[in-house]
Amino acid sequence: MSTTWEAVIGIEIHAQLLTRTKMFCGCELSFGDPPNTHTCPVCLAHPGALPVINREAIRLAIIAGHALGCEISERSVFARKNYFYPDLPKAYQISQYDQPICGPGRFRYLTPDGEQTLGITRAHLEEDAAKLIHLGAEGRRAEAEGSVVDFNRGGTPLLEIVTEPELHTGAAAAAFLKQLRQTLVHLGITDGSMEQGSMRADANISIRPAGTVGLGTKTELKNMNSFTFLERGITAEIARQTALVEGGGRVAQETLHFEPTTGRITSLRSKEQAHDYRYFPEPDLLPVVPDRAWVAEILAALPELPITRRERWMRDLRLTFEDAEVLADPPELGDYFEQVAALAPPKSAANWVRGDLRAQLRERDQEPWQSGVTPDALADIIAMAESREISMPSAKAVLTHVIDHGGAPRDVVAKLGLGAIQDESELMTLVDRLIADNPVQAQQMREGRDKLVGFFVGQAMKATQGRADPARIGELVRERVSAG
Amino acid sequence: MALTDLTAEQAVRAVTAGETSSEELVRAYLERAEHDDWHSFLAIDRDGAIDRARVIDAMPERPPLAGVPIAIKDALSTRDLPTTAGSRILEGFHPVYTATCVARLEAAGAVVIGKTNMDEFAMGSSCENSAYGPTLNPWDVSRVPGGSSGGSASAVAARQAPWSLGSDTGGSIRQPAALCGIVGLKPTYGAVSRYGLIAFASSLDQVGPFARTVRDAALLLQAMVGRDPMDSTSLEWPEPIVLPSAERLDGVRVGVIEELMGEGIEPGVRIACQAALDHVESLGGTLVPIRLPHAHHGLATYYLIAPAECSANLARFDGIRYGRRALDAEDLLEHYERTRGEGFGPEVKRRIMLGTFALASGYYEAYYGTAQRVRTRIVEDFEVAFADVDVLASPTSPTVAFPIGERTGDPLAMYLSDVCTIPVSLAGLPSLSIPCGLSDGLPVGLQLAGPALSENRLLDIAHALETAIGFDAVPAGVAA
Amino acid sequence: MIDEHVTRHVARLARLRLTDAECDRMQAELSAILTYIEQIQELNLEGVPPTTHAIPMENVVREDEPTPSIPSELALREAPEVHGGGFAVPRMG
Ligand SMILES: [Zn+2]
Repeated sequence: MSTTWEAVIGIEIHAQLLTRTKMFCGCELSFGDPPNTHTCPVCLAHPGALPVINREAIRLAIIAGHALGCEISERSVFARKNYFYPDLPKAYQISQYDQPICGPGRFRYLTPDGEQTLGITRAHLEEDAAKLIHLGAEGRRAEAEGSVVDFNRGGTPLLEIVTEPELHTGAAAAAFLKQLRQTLVHLGITDGSMEQGSMRADANISIRPAGTVGLGTKTELKNMNSFTFLERGITAEIARQTALVEGGGRVAQETLHFEPTTGRITSLRSKEQAHDYRYFPEPDLLPVVPDRAWVAEILAALPELPITRRERWMRDLRLTFEDAEVLADPPELGDYFEQVAALAPPKSAANWVRGDLRAQLRERDQEPWQSGVTPDALADIIAMAESREISMPSAKAVLTHVIDHGGAPRDVVAKLGLGAIQDESELMTLVDRLIADNPVQAQQMREGRDKLVGFFVGQAMKATQGRADPARIGELVRERVSAG
Repeated sequence: MALTDLTAEQAVRAVTAGETSSEELVRAYLERAEHDDWHSFLAIDRDGAIDRARVIDAMPERPPLAGVPIAIKDALSTRDLPTTAGSRILEGFHPVYTATCVARLEAAGAVVIGKTNMDEFAMGSSCENSAYGPTLNPWDVSRVPGGSSGGSASAVAARQAPWSLGSDTGGSIRQPAALCGIVGLKPTYGAVSRYGLIAFASSLDQVGPFARTVRDAALLLQAMVGRDPMDSTSLEWPEPIVLPSAERLDGVRVGVIEELMGEGIEPGVRIACQAALDHVESLGGTLVPIRLPHAHHGLATYYLIAPAECSANLARFDGIRYGRRALDAEDLLEHYERTRGEGFGPEVKRRIMLGTFALASGYYEAYYGTAQRVRTRIVEDFEVAFADVDVLASPTSPTVAFPIGERTGDPLAMYLSDVCTIPVSLAGLPSLSIPCGLSDGLPVGLQLAGPALSENRLLDIAHALETAIGFDAVPAGVAA
Repeated sequence: MIDEHVTRHVARLARLRLTDAECDRMQAELSAILTYIEQIQELNLEGVPPTTHAIPMENVVREDEPTPSIPSELALREAPEVHGGGFAVPRMG
C-alpha cells in the first residue's frame, strides 16, 4: 500500500518599493550606476550615523496591506536583526519583528477556476542588503580573488510579505505570485521586475501524507527569479522530498538553491549554521502609529484594485476571464481599454485592443496608451467596421494608417477611398462578371460545392481592394449562381 | 589675570568687546593643551583652530560664541579630524562628516581645538579603558579623572579648554565632572542630536557640556539644543535655553534621594553633599526626603540594556568600510573574529559578550526583556517623585576620584562608580553635577535631576546653589 | 551558570576571537556580573510593559526627498582595501 503525498507551500516575497530614496537615508535609488555612487554615512554605517524612516515607504506599505486584505497595525515597531555579512554594513538589518506594519489577512485573486484566497501572515518593512560582486567567479583577474561590495542598493526599502502555508503545487504558487505581482505593480508599490531582482520570492516547502494535517520538516527554496522557475523549482523540490521520504530518508531543514539551467537543487549550507538573529526593538527609531485620517486619505486616493476591476469587467462588460486578465495588465492598458469600451461594444473593444491594435503596435515597439491611436479613434474604427461602413480588411488598413500618419479614421477612409461599396447594382454587375469569368467554379457550385462561395468573395475583395462587404457578396453570389 | 582664567561667558564678552581676539584665546589654550601632562587630548588641531579663529576675528560681527575654543570628546565625529572613540579599531580613522552638535557649535562660532581622551567607546568610569593610555586627574595625577568622558573633564579642570563636550550614557559626563571639580550637564534624552555621536547605547546616549560654571554649560547647551532631522529621537525644544540667573530658591522643593545618601556613599562625599544641600534651606527652598524604590535595581538594569544595545551598535566595526582590519585572514569568519578580537579592548569585549548573551535566543526574556520592564518601573518612580518635588538631589559619585588601577581588575566595582547617575539615565532625565566641596583635597559633585525638558529650571536651581556654595578651588598643578 | 560552551557560542555570535585565557577570564567575569544582575529577576513584573524609549515619541519620519550622496572617492577613502570602485572583502569561506 503506497502513501500519496501532499505538499504544503508558503511563499515569502520581497518587493523593492517605488520610493525615490532609500528606506533610512536620502540617497536616491539607482540601477546600473557605477558602484558606491549612491551612498552616505547612514547607508555606509559610518560611526555615529542614524536612520530616519522614509514616510513614502510607510504609505506604500499601508496600500499594500490594504490590497493584501491585511489589517494595518495601529502601532508598528522597527527591530534590529543581527548577523554579520559584508553586504550588511551595520551588521544588523533594520526590519520588523513582533509588531509589523501589516497584520494577518487574506489576499483574494482570480484564476481561470474562479476566485481564490490565500492567507497572509504578515507584511513588514525592512531595508535591502548591498550588492556583493564575486570577482573570482567572473574570472576577471586571477589575483582579484574574493569579493567587493557595492552599497548603491544597500538600504533600498523592501516590503516582505509572508503567506500562510496553504498552497500545494508549484503551479498554484506561480498563479498566486502572478496575481500578487499584478496587484502590487498596479498600485505603484513596486516595479515587480523579477529578472532585475526588484521582486524576489522564496518558498517554504514540506510534504505530508495526503489527508493529514500536521506539517513535515520544511526546506526553504531561495530566490527564484521568474514565475516559471518558481513553479519548476517547487515542483522539483516536492519530487526530491517525496523520493527521499519514500526511499526511507528524512527531509533536513535547510536552505536550498534551485539552478534553473540544470533543474538541480543544491544546499546553501554555510559555515554559520546556527542563526540567532537576536531581534530587539530599534532604539534609533520611534514607533509608527499611522494616523487614522491619514490612512483613510491614502485609501481614498487609491485606484480600483485589479481584482475588483476584472470582476467588474467580467460581470458588467461580459468579458471572459482571459480577456480581463490580459487587459488588466499593465494598468495603463486597462485604463485604455476602459476608455474604448465606453465608446464601443465592450467585447469588440476587447478584441481590438488585445488583437490588432497591440499586434500592430508591438511591431513598432509602442504601447496603445502611448500611441497616436486615441480611444476615440479606435472606437470610430470599430463603429465603422461593425456597421459595415467599411470592411474588416479596410478597418485594419485604416488602423495602420492612423498609427503611422495620424488623422481621424473617417478622414482616412475618405482619403484612401476605402468606404464600402453600398451601391447594389454595382455589386451585382461585379458578381455577374466574376461568374462569367469563372464558369468552372460556378458550375461546381451549382453541383453543391457551396464552399466555393469563398473563392468568389475573395475575387470580389481583390477586385474592389477590400471595399466590398464580404457578407453581402456571398449572398449575391449564391443568388446569381443558382439563377444562372 | 590670564586669558585662560576667564569663564567661557567672560571670554565671549571680551572678544565681542574687542578686548582680545579669538586667535589670542585659541593660542593661549593650544599652549596649555599641547603641554598635556594629564593626557587629556588624543588629537590637537592647531593649524585648523588658528585658521578658524582668524576667520571669526575677520568677521564684521562676532558670532554668538565669538571664536571661543572648545575641546570635543573623541566619540563625536569630526570631518577630516582623527576620531577614534578611544579604540584601536578606529586608529587612523578620519570621518567624512561632522556630528550635528559640533556643526551647530561651529556655526555659532566655537573653535574646535582638539579631541579628548575617553574610555574605549565610552565604556568605563575611569578613562583607563582608552586604547591610547589613561587620562590623569588634574587634582591628583595618581588618580583617575572619571569616565568615560575623562579627557573632556580633565581638559576643563586643567584649563586646557574653557569648556568641552562629553557624552553621557550612564554617568559619563556627570561622574567625571564630579571627580574633576567642574560642572557637567547631561540634558534630557533627545535634547541634543546624537547624529555623529559614535553610539554606545542608543536609548541612553546623550551629548552634553562640561564647563566651569552652570551659566557656561547653559550657554553651550543653548547653541546645540533642539530637533535635528538626522536624529529621529531628537526633540523639538519648547523654549529657548536661557542663561540662569536665580539667586534664591523660594518655594523650590528639592527631593533628597534617600537610597543614595546612605550606605555605599563615602562619608566625605555625604558630608560635602549634605553641606551643599543645607544651602537650599538658607536660600528659601525646602528639602524633602524622597524614595525611589527601584533605584537600586538601576545598575543591574543598565548593565543589560546598555550592553545589549552596544552589542549591535559595535557590530559595524568589521574592517571593511573603515578602521583597522586583521591582516591575512584565511576566510571571512577569521577576518571578522580577528579584526574585532584584536581591535577591541577587554571592557568592550566584555560588554559586547554580555549584551549578545542578554539578547540570545533562550535568554532574551529573562535578561533583556526583564531589564526593559524594570526600566519602566524606574521611570515611574521618577514620575511619582516629580509630582512632589522640583528637582532631585544626590551625590554624583559614591566616592571621590579613586587611584589609577584600583578597580580595573574588578568590573563590578568599576560599574558601581555610576550607581548614582544610572537611574536618571534610564529615565532619560536632565541632570547635572556641580562641584560642592572637597573631601581629602579631592572634589565632590552634587547631582541634581529634573523632569524631562526642565533644563531651564534645573539650570536656575543649580546656578543659585552654585553661587551659594562658592566652590572656587583649583587643582594645585594647574594654577598658573 | 555560564559555561565554556555558552561563552564560546556567544563569542562566535559576536564575532570575537578569544584566546583560551581570555575565554576563561570572560566566563568568570560574565558569571560574576550575571549573578549580580539576576537580582532583577526576583521582581514581580507582571503586566509591566517594556520601555525602549524613556521619552515617549512616535511617527518621526522624513519626506521621500533625495539628499546628496557623497562622492565614491570619499565613500571609499577610509576603506582598508578597495578593488575597482568596491570595498574589498576577504574570501568568503
Ligand atoms: Zn545613504
